[in-house]
Amino acid sequence: MSVKSVDKDLDALTLTLVAEFSATTEQVWDLWADPRKLEQWWGPPTYPATVVDHDLTPGGQVTYFMTGPEGDTHHAWWRMTAVDEPKSLEFVDGFADADGKPVDTMPTNTTTMTLSPYDGGTRMELRSVFDTSEQMEQLISMGMAEGLTASVGQMDALLA
Amino acid sequence: MVVREEAADCLLHALSDRTRRDIVRRCLVSEASVSRLAENYSMSFAAVQKHVAVLEQAGLVTKERSGREQLVRTDVEAVRQARAAIDQLEAVWRARVDRMSDLLKAEPLDEGNENDEREER
Repeated sequence: MSVKSVDKDLDALTLTLVAEFSATTEQVWDLWADPRKLEQWWGPPTYPATVVDHDLTPGGQVTYFMTGPEGDTHHAWWRMTAVDEPKSLEFVDGFADADGKPVDTMPTNTTTMTLSPYDGGTRMELRSVFDTSEQMEQLISMGMAEGLTASVGQMDALLA
Repeated sequence: MVVREEAADCLLHALSDRTRRDIVRRCLVSEASVSRLAENYSMSFAAVQKHVAVLEQAGLVTKERSGREQLVRTDVEAVRQARAAIDQLEAVWRARVDRMSDLLKAEPLDEGNENDEREER
């Protein structure tokens, strides 16, 4: 069992996951820092990732695309906000268009990854937050809109 | 037909009040007890309770008993979406951790980093 705990905070839209690996901190760090290794675990086997840019420095970008079974490609990006090799990194990740340009209207996540030695192995704590206040409000207003649209639809049905 | 119009009236009536719309919005983000909701308005607990009852009747919120409190929750797609998004993210990360673990198992457990191909740009 690699995953030790998972905490889901719906109000804060945050996922916190703790995993433990029988490996050194450097080995786990390398899974992030080596683009060829990153490709082997980031995407599911049916949607393998191909990393294009990989600059793990603050302000740096990682860009990649995932290729689906039909040859369909899905582009995405990370923007590094903090890097402390080989202990922690933080990045915002989101979707991109076919040219790899970030799509503003799609949701982004901010992910913080922290490694610490543990009992001869390495503990990885991962915190991923759906970037909101704006986005949460967007989600809410969408839900609100949907709720109201549904209500109005319901009204139409009722009045028909 | 009369019944249908009554239901429509009920819905319209429920949403026609500013406090009730505010309750719907607040209970989207997280469920709240009636007493906690009441803190937001300059009206009595009973008045807020009445507003909640109107919303509940219109099917806009649900009430759930938790101990001595009644928790109010807006039951619309946004909440389900938020929950689904987190559940999906959890599944994605669990699968990633499994793959990370498999990759690490394939490596010898030593300090060697000879495969370091970090790209500097």
